[in-house]
Amino acid sequence: MPYAIEADALQKTFAGKHKVHALDGVSFNVEEGRVFGLLGPNGSGKTTAVRVLTTILKADGGSARVLGHDVRKEAGLVRSLIGLAGQYAAVDENLTGRENLRMVGRLNHLDSSYVTDRAAGLLSQFNLDDAGDRPLKTYSGGMRRRLDLAAALVARPTVLFLDEPTTGLDPQSRNDLWEVIESLVGGGTTVLLTTQYLEEADRLATDLVVIDHGHVIAEGTPTELKASLGATVLEVGLDTLDHAHRTAELFGSLGSHTPTVNGTVVEVTVDDGPASAMAGLRSLDQAGITPTAFTLREPSLDDVFLGLTGRRAEDETEDTEDDEKKRRGRSRRKAASDTLPIVSGELS
Amino acid sequence: MTTTITAPSVSGAPPSHSMLVRLRWAVSDTLTITQRNLLALLRIPEQLFFSTVQPIMFVLLFTYVFGGAIKVPGGSYINYLMPGVFVQTVAFGAVSTSIGLAEDLQKGLIERFRALPMSRSAVLTGRTSADMVRNIFTVIIITAVGLAVGFRPTTGVLPYVAAILLILLFAYALSWGFAVIGLSAPNAEAAQVMSFPILFPLIFVSSAFVPVASMPSWLQGFATYQPVSVTVSACRALMIGGPTSKWVIQTLAWSIGFLIVLIPLAVRRYRNRT
Repeated sequence: MPYAIEADALQKTFAGKHKVHALDGVSFNVEEGRVFGLLGPNGSGKTTAVRVLTTILKADGGSARVLGHDVRKEAGLVRSLIGLAGQYAAVDENLTGRENLRMVGRLNHLDSSYVTDRAAGLLSQFNLDDAGDRPLKTYSGGMRRRLDLAAALVARPTVLFLDEPTTGLDPQSRNDLWEVIESLVGGGTTVLLTTQYLEEADRLATDLVVIDHGHVIAEGTPTELKASLGATVLEVGLDTLDHAHRTAELFGSLGSHTPTVNGTVVEVTVDDGPASAMAGLRSLDQAGITPTAFTLREPSLDDVFLGLTGRRAEDETEDTEDDEKKRRGRSRRKAASDTLPIVSGELS
Repeated sequence: MTTTITAPSVSGAPPSHSMLVRLRWAVSDTLTITQRNLLALLRIPEQLFFSTVQPIMFVLLFTYVFGGAIKVPGGSYINYLMPGVFVQTVAFGAVSTSIGLAEDLQKGLIERFRALPMSRSAVLTGRTSADMVRNIFTVIIITAVGLAVGFRPTTGVLPYVAAILLILLFAYALSWGFAVIGLSAPNAEAAQVMSFPILFPLIFVSSAFVPVASMPSWLQGFATYQPVSVTVSACRALMIGGPTSKWVIQTLAWSIGFLIVLIPLAVRRYRNRT
């Protein structure tokens, strides 16, 4: 069996006020035992892809297999081999943590005594011993996500789907959850992870696919993707629009990437951050321009998009998938900010 | 924290299962979901209120506040009223089916259920079974409160039990109807809003609280033969006497008819809801 997950030209259109092509021919393969990151902004089709692969949603076209089994024709079998956790798969608020785990175990038709042991084991592994017998209403966001992940693991799935597992979490809880996910990977589980955070994908994933508007727009390892972009982004704030445009001209020679002007802010992706920053400052000094802000940072997902598509992700995508859900009345947790600057130092 | 995942040992549905295994799973899944809904019922104060305090309030309100102003054939208003209170309470209770399902959809719980190797219909059969258990509890409370305030069934134990069974059957049919509403509603609030316009005319334009003869003639046809009235009339006959078989047959016809139409409709809605 060469691949744990195969998606082949998946198509899914949501009818509605405006038709949304959530998946427009998405194909990718995930090797067994890898952590595969599906990266994209809100509404890019990530969740739709996960819902198709986990048999929840039927694709309009294309096909998908999990461990060689067709998600449509052998849905029951696929369900017994996978685990799903993340922003949209929920746990029951009125039950305790332990009751939730036991319920999922029983619905997987596992032996009752096994389920009891497994629930206790998972609660302790996820540092939820003390909270295990409290209703979920009393849990913090981070605890809830940990329980959600534990629920996905009750039946020891071979393939695990994590749909934006840390969206909306505070940095500490996010970090805790990353540690948990990293420890899972050692055991040989295949993980498909969707995220809008490049940092998350960078830390957890061995392979990446970037999707936007239901299309795969890039794939490779995190290192390859970042290399294709240049290592660092130089972001400079100016006092006037005129200065911004002159700065963009000056920065044109800093590297192979074209600077972009967004109001009075100029951004350029550079290969050698510190050297380019020096060169940039020197050229500004010679031109008699004083920046109001000067920041050097790691490329964010936004920059990946800018680099890959030549436009900003957030402007156009407009949460198509979320709109679709809202239209059908689902108010779901909203994603937090889209980018996490990794290195940021104000020099002005 | 170290968690190691090994290949699936216990999980594991082999490719094909006999009908018997699948039937056993459907039953065990239904029980699991029933149990989950009953636990939730105990932990949501509003739900517990609706199934205990509300019926008590209705008995007291109609007996002591409205009862004096309503003239009924046979004289005893409490005896006339009680069958109506039973049916009205279980009917209002059915709204929680629609709210609960809409909530499960909204919160993403059903999303998780769909990715589990569980029986597809168990979410619905489990929900309606839990409602049945709640209704059994409710009719016991109403019986106790009724007896305490002067309700005196005149026909004996067996007809009384038959009336209770008829109420539970009707309530079960209603649960499936409200399951359809819950699965069609965009969220829990909408499910509630969609439920009441259906319920109000059925409960109040009925023989539950007042004799149909007191209504304008153009309303009497509907008020006599709509399902709530028919069920109330059957229970009234079984509890305090009167022509019985006609109403019992009509009640069975309505309830079974509802089930035949609504169960497939609810299951289809559940499957197609994305």
